[in-house]
Amino acid sequence: MEILNAIVVFLNFVFIPAAAYGAQLALGALGVTLIYGILRFSNFAHGDTMAFGTAITILLTWGLQTIGISLGPLPTALLALPFAIALCAVALLATDRAVYRFYRRKKSDPIILVMASVGVMFVMNGVTRLLIGVDEIRFDDGARFVIDVRSFREWSGLSEGLALRSTQVITLVVAVLVVWALFWFLNKTRSGKAMRAYSDNEDLALLSGIDPERVVRLTWIIAAGLATIAGTMYGLDKAFKPFNYFQLLLPIFAAAIVGGLGSPVGAIAGGFIVAFSEVAVTYPWKRVAEYLGFDTGSAMLQLLSTEYKFAVSFVILIIVLLFRPTGLFRGKSV
Amino acid sequence: MATTRQAEASHPFRAPVIFAILVLLFVLEGTTSNALFTGSWNTSLAILNMGLISAVMALGLNMQWGYAGLFNSGVVGFIAIGGLAPVLISVAPVDGGWGAGGPRVMLALIVGLGTLALTALTWSRAPRNWRVPAILAVLIAGFFVYRWLFDHAVVAIEANQAAQYGNLGGLGLPVLLSWPVGALFAAAAAWGVGKVALGLRSDYLAIATLGIGEIIVAVLKNEEWLARGVKNVTGIPRPVPYEINLQQDPDFVQRAANWGMNSAELSGIWVKLCYAGLFGAVLILLIVLAELSLKSPWGRMMRAIRDNETAAEAMGKDVTGRHLQIFVIGSAVIGLAGAMMITHDGLMAPTQYNPLRYTFLIWVMVIVGGSGNNWGAALGGVLIWFLWIKAESWGPQLIGLLTSPLPAGAIKTHLLESAPHMRFIAMGTTLLLVLRFAPRGLVPEK
Repeated sequence: MEILNAIVVFLNFVFIPAAAYGAQLALGALGVTLIYGILRFSNFAHGDTMAFGTAITILLTWGLQTIGISLGPLPTALLALPFAIALCAVALLATDRAVYRFYRRKKSDPIILVMASVGVMFVMNGVTRLLIGVDEIRFDDGARFVIDVRSFREWSGLSEGLALRSTQVITLVVAVLVVWALFWFLNKTRSGKAMRAYSDNEDLALLSGIDPERVVRLTWIIAAGLATIAGTMYGLDKAFKPFNYFQLLLPIFAAAIVGGLGSPVGAIAGGFIVAFSEVAVTYPWKRVAEYLGFDTGSAMLQLLSTEYKFAVSFVILIIVLLFRPTGLFRGKSV
Repeated sequence: MATTRQAEASHPFRAPVIFAILVLLFVLEGTTSNALFTGSWNTSLAILNMGLISAVMALGLNMQWGYAGLFNSGVVGFIAIGGLAPVLISVAPVDGGWGAGGPRVMLALIVGLGTLALTALTWSRAPRNWRVPAILAVLIAGFFVYRWLFDHAVVAIEANQAAQYGNLGGLGLPVLLSWPVGALFAAAAAWGVGKVALGLRSDYLAIATLGIGEIIVAVLKNEEWLARGVKNVTGIPRPVPYEINLQQDPDFVQRAANWGMNSAELSGIWVKLCYAGLFGAVLILLIVLAELSLKSPWGRMMRAIRDNETAAEAMGKDVTGRHLQIFVIGSAVIGLAGAMMITHDGLMAPTQYNPLRYTFLIWVMVIVGGSGNNWGAALGGVLIWFLWIKAESWGPQLIGLLTSPLPAGAIKTHLLESAPHMRFIAMGTTLLLVLRFAPRGLVPEK
């Protein structure tokens, strides 16, 4: 019984939250890594792109709610999501046309593109503030729990309860679908193969007749989709606050680098590594240990306070840079 | 990068003309009162003082970006750690704060750093098969000793006069001494990051500094024993006289009367002029030093490395070593500016450290001013700061003017309310436009 309680506490406070967070980071890191693979720069505007896409989703959700459309037990935001992705993709394509294309044609240093992405970050941040303000917004509606604490206790007879929020399940299901679709696209379709070829060797891809502008446009559209989905899932699961999205930039970059920049599989693995480490290091393990029969006294068994969760991404980043700068899955190092 | 740097020679009067425009802007701010300017010398000088500090920050960043092409996205962290120095050096000691747990905290920090050093040593010395278990053992043991020492000391320090202090307190030394100390703090942090992230691909440094910036700010917000965290430290001593003392000084009141001003206004202006003198002196000194070093063999080597790393390396230059050097020096200058800023504010409030304002705005200053040119970076710093402050009042006025034909309603209210956010868009657009159409900035590198 005690060991079952320990497992329930672990699932409830560590495994489920970390899995949902890991899926969100993985989706974000996939966007960063794709842009890196095709366009060859680290996109500092990605966090604000996520915030921008989510802001559009929220506005559309409110619009749908006022005309009385909902998805029943599912959050209305899921219905708004495809339209938000389309709008976000238009915004990114316009940004590429206005900003990045010039440097691409000129074959500027990657660091100049990074700088340009800082300018884009400023503008997107301002536009998001203009659209929706800086306050925290909750926009999840529909059923809140798949399993709630009380019914789980009654069903299992354990003293610990297990809560599984619907947003967590939705995050995981959506992430699996998106990743499956992305890999199918990259591996099976002509356009996806063109993208991979372009990422592997630009000159060779050009020689074989691949249109680089088309590859770049596809990349931005996919990146818009990934960013909007990641942002909306994060917002549904926690809450929407533009500044938090800017701060997500660090764990997302850490995830992409841990996996190897430019490697989609690596980005997913990296997202979960960062998320599980972050939650495991900042969770007080006292209750789990007590159920397992250890007397911890007054110690909370918390390695780091939650305010320092960014330090975890940073340390993982440093370890990878020290020992394996190309990442676990051998990304690019150019 | 090389293509944008060796462009056509620019007009020799560019820097003086921009300087003249800046002077004109500040004079207008001080003298004319209309929709655009406040007509108060107090406001004008307040903007100038922060502008001078921003210029020092821009100068430090320019050393990293302009001399060496290093992308530092953690400027806010180096400003924040520099700003810690005035608190630790010049604030009066807290009664019983040091006795409560000071030595123990110091010991804990030494154990923490020692653990890291020992880990590095173990890694290089231990036999190959034993490496991973050995460093894990060192890390785990070190961590437990550290936490055991640290946690008890922190509880004791924070319990000491918790409402008013609850921190270690400072040393009570002159505040000017804290400026070089702030520079040292920032240099130490920069050395740590640079050691790891330099020598790899260029955007790794950008991402690693983004991390260290956020961590330093998080430490300042949460470690209450150090500098009271979000409870803020107030009353940091000043290197210049206090307004209230001036107003009570009969000579000063007499002088104000002679000039036909009231003593409250003149005292404010006087204090701000003192600050402007101090900050201006630091800025000029730094620019002169930077210019001299750029003309020296060392400066030529730095530019050679920046323009072609491979060629410089082939000539036997230690590229990573030089990069680390310039990264540390630039961060030290940024830390110095952080210490100056906290001295000027008289208040250390870690919640103000927002990366958009303290990292990326400084970037806009450097790019707009002219990367690689010290005078350009400094002028850009003052100019962008002036515009950033004024945009706060100009933005709503502009929106008010544009929306005046609109009927009152939800859209108009929303636009008016969100007008202050316009300055982010304005700054981003400025950065993008300069980067695209004048990549060498207002005052290009010679």
